[in-house]
Amino acid sequence: MEPQAISGLTIAIGGLGPAIAIGLIASKAMEAIGRNPEATPQIQTNMVLGLAFAEAIAIYSLVMALILKFV
Amino acid sequence: MNISLAAEPVFVLFGLIPITNSLLVTWIVIGLILMLSVIVRFTSGLIPNKLQNFFEVLYEGSYKFVEGILGEITPHVYPLAISLFMFIALGNLAGLLPGMGSVFVPMAIHGELEWMPLFRAVTADLNMTFALAIIAIIMNQYFSIRFIGVKKYFHRFINFSSPINFFVGILEIISEFSKILSFSFRLFGNVFAGEVLLAVMYYLVPFAVPIPFLLMEIFVGLMQAFVFSLLFVVFVKVSVAEH
Repeated sequence: MEPQAISGLTIAIGGLGPAIAIGLIASKAMEAIGRNPEATPQIQTNMVLGLAFAEAIAIYSLVMALILKFV
Repeated sequence: MNISLAAEPVFVLFGLIPITNSLLVTWIVIGLILMLSVIVRFTSGLIPNKLQNFFEVLYEGSYKFVEGILGEITPHVYPLAISLFMFIALGNLAGLLPGMGSVFVPMAIHGELEWMPLFRAVTADLNMTFALAIIAIIMNQYFSIRFIGVKKYFHRFINFSSPINFFVGILEIISEFSKILSFSFRLFGNVFAGEVLLAVMYYLVPFAVPIPFLLMEIFVGLMQAFVFSLLFVVFVKVSVAEH
């Protein structure tokens, strides 16, 4: 396989799981806010926390793809 | 296009120590923070002017926020948390200024003359984010030992009460190291990927199209600074909690 295709595939496959995870986290947070609008600040903070963890996995695969392309 | 994963050295100090472009921008950001602190310290009075007002709002809001998470140990942890936030936020924003990545200086590498960009975002260097992550995790261990005692601290990692707890203790040790990696790679990946994206956009359509990408990079820079300090505070809370 050519090197360009491999680095492209790395980020494409590696971004799939985190994208689904982020969608699930955000949707659950929206549900929680809808049920209890008064607790919005706490829900928002914890949602951002969860989003950071989920997005970190996508960033790992992005860094891997960049390493494959530029080094 | 000049995209390099590692920060490039731009001059050599005393003939022995290479200074990278990220380090140069770090010194500039440190100078800026020092100047700002001195200005705020000496022009503040009972009736706040605009700059002092801004920092007072920032201080009160973030102190209440951290207090809501940490409770009574906030005065010990808050200085480090807000310093991390301000340094990373200013560093990320400074990496978007005009001139970053477009001013080149010649540098002799292995006998050849190459042109290196003179400025590069502070956190686009993995060494920098790794250092910040190590600081955060070591201070985490320090707060844990200080606020719940050495015996309970070791009991969290080396625990012979049952086989499952022993395994959980080993997992905790591994998880401390993985926190260092995740802190550093999250920050580095976000900022470096943003730099690559901006470089590609400037290269393709330099007129008007990079504007939404610059806005996104400003947002991502501030967001990652906030996430770094928030994660630090939450990890301190977890390590200080007693069962």
